[in-house]
Amino acid sequence: MTNTVFYKSYTEPEFNIKEILRYAGCRQASDDLMSLLRECLDECSGKLCYKVCYTEYDISFNGDVVDLGFAESKSKNLKKNLENCCRIVLFAATVGLAMDRLIARYSRTSPSKSYLFQAIGAERVESLCDIFNSEISDFAASLGMNTRPRFSPGYGDLPLELQRSIFMALDCERKLGLTLNDSLLMSPSKSVTAIIGMEKL
Amino acid sequence: MNINEFLKENTVILDGGMGTLLQKEGLLPGELPERWNLTRSDVIERIHRDYFNAGANIVNTNTFGANILKFTPDELEQIIKSAVETAFRAARLSDGVQEKFVALDIGPTGKLLKPYGDFDFEEAVSVFAETVKLGAKYGADLIMIETMSDSYETKAAILAAKENCKLPIFVSNAYGEDGKLMTGASPAAMVAMAEGLGVDAIGANCSLGPNQLRGVVAELLECSSIPVLLKPNAGLPKSDGVNTVYDIGAEEFAAQVSEAVKAGVRIAGGCCGTTPEYISEVIKALRDIAPVPVTQKNITCVSSYTHAVRFSSSPVLIGERINPTGKKRFKQALVEKDIGYILQEGIAQQEKGVHVLDVNVGLPEIDEKEMLCQTICELQAVIDLPLQIDTANTKAMEAALRLYNGKAMINSVNGKEESMRSVFPLVKKYGGVVVALTLDERGIPETAKERIEIAEKIISVASEYGISKKDIVFDTLAMTVSADNKAALATLGSLSHIKKVIGCHTSLGVSNISFGLPARDAVNSTFFALALENGLSAAIMNPYSSDMMKTYYAYRALHGLDENCADYIGFAASLPVQTASSAPTSVATQASLGETELQTAIIKGLREKASALTKELLKIVPALDIVNKEVIPALDTVGKGFEEKKIYLPQLLISAESAKSAFEEIKTFVSSSNSVMTKKCDFVIATVHGDVHDIGKNIVKLLLENYGFSVTDLGKDVPPEKVAETVEKLHAPLAGLSALMTTTVPAMEETIKLLRERAPWCKIVVGGAVLTKEYAQRIGADKYAADAMETVRYADFIYSEKADQR
Repeated sequence: MTNTVFYKSYTEPEFNIKEILRYAGCRQASDDLMSLLRECLDECSGKLCYKVCYTEYDISFNGDVVDLGFAESKSKNLKKNLENCCRIVLFAATVGLAMDRLIARYSRTSPSKSYLFQAIGAERVESLCDIFNSEISDFAASLGMNTRPRFSPGYGDLPLELQRSIFMALDCERKLGLTLNDSLLMSPSKSVTAIIGMEKL
Repeated sequence: MNINEFLKENTVILDGGMGTLLQKEGLLPGELPERWNLTRSDVIERIHRDYFNAGANIVNTNTFGANILKFTPDELEQIIKSAVETAFRAARLSDGVQEKFVALDIGPTGKLLKPYGDFDFEEAVSVFAETVKLGAKYGADLIMIETMSDSYETKAAILAAKENCKLPIFVSNAYGEDGKLMTGASPAAMVAMAEGLGVDAIGANCSLGPNQLRGVVAELLECSSIPVLLKPNAGLPKSDGVNTVYDIGAEEFAAQVSEAVKAGVRIAGGCCGTTPEYISEVIKALRDIAPVPVTQKNITCVSSYTHAVRFSSSPVLIGERINPTGKKRFKQALVEKDIGYILQEGIAQQEKGVHVLDVNVGLPEIDEKEMLCQTICELQAVIDLPLQIDTANTKAMEAALRLYNGKAMINSVNGKEESMRSVFPLVKKYGGVVVALTLDERGIPETAKERIEIAEKIISVASEYGISKKDIVFDTLAMTVSADNKAALATLGSLSHIKKVIGCHTSLGVSNISFGLPARDAVNSTFFALALENGLSAAIMNPYSSDMMKTYYAYRALHGLDENCADYIGFAASLPVQTASSAPTSVATQASLGETELQTAIIKGLREKASALTKELLKIVPALDIVNKEVIPALDTVGKGFEEKKIYLPQLLISAESAKSAFEEIKTFVSSSNSVMTKKCDFVIATVHGDVHDIGKNIVKLLLENYGFSVTDLGKDVPPEKVAETVEKLHAPLAGLSALMTTTVPAMEETIKLLRERAPWCKIVVGGAVLTKEYAQRIGADKYAADAMETVRYADFIYSEKADQR
């Protein structure tokens, strides 16, 4: 069976200030900090891309092993997450290299802005995943199915090594310009790969 | 027949998709398609033959990912041998009567180059070199570098091809919907770089359908003086519920491609989702369309990894501030390898609006080649302006040109035999726009006429090297009018002739004109205006000079280069408002209240105010007192608040930055007054091998510097050897290591072991998300620090302990 990898791009999701502050570790923000944050938002707004590639697999369980369709996993946490599921959506999402460039640029001149861009980047890619995820949930619902919370390599006992198989399956380099380095980290860094389990109701 | 000759008279037809067809033949997910050259060469041959039968002139070998990262050298050789032979066999067996060629296909490695990835540029060149050598050995007709989504990797592949074979080179990139490569390059930037490197065709493939690539193709055609290639997808894949279909059919695809050919595309085919049927349709659609001749565009331009800067009627500003000449603080930064300071100069000039940055880091006491390469790499990581590589050292020039991600400006060559002999081969090999000074063995001629003669000689010698005059920008040398009152006239006379009669662009280091005179800005900006009127295309200048910037914006407004004077108005709004009563609120009066005010400025994070107050205080208070009585107490207040969780990390950082700006004033003051600031002691800091997370490390560095430690930052992904070597060399009493991932903690342990062996005196403090106090102990660290403040406190403790011992 061959799996076609689909591609989607989105317009800029609205910035979620509360989430950004949460990622920055601030429970409350002073006016000075807020104005700095506004400056950062103005600077990155419109510069990022919001791209996703994805495909679907039927999955099966064999003892402790989950056959994900593109790889086998022995992760207990993933197995629990996918319990009763018969299909998964595998996806990769990125907001592009522009965010890495902003972070690098300001790490040299303004570490506080660099730090805020880190937080903004985290919020951006999560917002992108949320939008994609809700589309998948709607699609699943139309087939009379439920979706599970998305699960990524590095969560619980799911090894980072699975990234290699995911990159192979999704052709991330070609579809998104997303690459994996020797330490299994992604570039652009503000990117996510994840599995969304689908279960029949 | 050579493909380039064939291309002169014909539109060249490429093949269509390979990967999508192999999937239909049963290629499994995760299976390497290149292996099919060995195991299923019958299938590969049939696909190639179908494309030749459809009428393709060129098929790409099935070697997209054939490189030594994925295969052993032996297997790689077998794969490429078989791939090339299979393609030639298909050509022989095909019943097509057209001209047929086999292209060695080279796709991206799948790894991102430094600084955003972990793949070294020269390593990338050598990976591509292996593939190129084998392709040439087994007889491919040309090299097809395709689907590249990074300009830097594209350059690595082109260099590898140029250095390892004599075959024609076609280059094709994968553009996104925004019309740019994933790493940011525009089509114009890619044309500049590829033409500079001497490739034979440039184009776009994959990612999108032909119509979606229309904008990209138009831009390529507008700037390219070499043939343009187009090999798009059959649109995007969609699911019809059961099967996957691409959303553009063969006929529609052919119609769209033929529009592009009518517009000037000379090499056309298909990528993902296209089949032999698509290629037959393309040929049918092109039957009555005559190839559009490729014309010389005569564009003088330089490029960065995002965009090209074109020399035209609007003046190009080249920022001159990255240069140690006459700047003590800059010299100090070079000697201390303070790259941060140099980057700051670059960023500030960009914010002032320059288009190109001149980069000169030559100083007798440093290794210029190493420094220039490091500076170029660091600059191009954070600034997207084209760079002007400014050095008299040809070795440094070549190394920097090689590493430069784009088409650089080169400063400079002159009419001396020796200069031309050493610089022109570099311009030819790496591409670039070279600044040519109108002087020769006899020196700088006094008259315009003689300077023009030298320019003519330079053009003629350049053409012997294959360098066209569009890639030469003449600097007719501004000499000070204080020594010779005719100096400006000679400069302007030759400038005008070179621009208007010879037809070359020009550049001047404007500020030389006023050397030795008072109120230099007035002379400089007036001379700048005169030079612009006489045909000056670019100026190497100080963008902090508001007089120069006023001239620039006014000139553009007066010459119809500024629609509705919008840029001028925007610039004018940024000028300080001059009011008669502005004096009383000057900083000097505030300085009398200085003591608390500077502290408040630091605590509240008011950068500009902190540096202005410091500047004033330095006039009356010793530097050391400002540090100890103002800056440090303010930092302590903030640090304490942070430790008590009353303020958050971003606020701590903002304060640290304003303290840094105060320190910057102090440093400048100290370096110009030749006094010395004592530092506490050396502190070597690094993110360990395999780890690229440096947020935490950078924060710790900033705070340590504020507290007076001499920090050597080795960066991220640092091998244990390098840490040990540096600590040993500096005899540093303190080292800090950071790791964020569980997978890189072993590298931290290894580094600690090596440090214990080679630098037993050194105290090691570790930190990072995955570490705990217990874990830190287990791997042998002296101290686990939960945050930056804790590191500072520990470092201070060790420092005072050592001081007591003395």
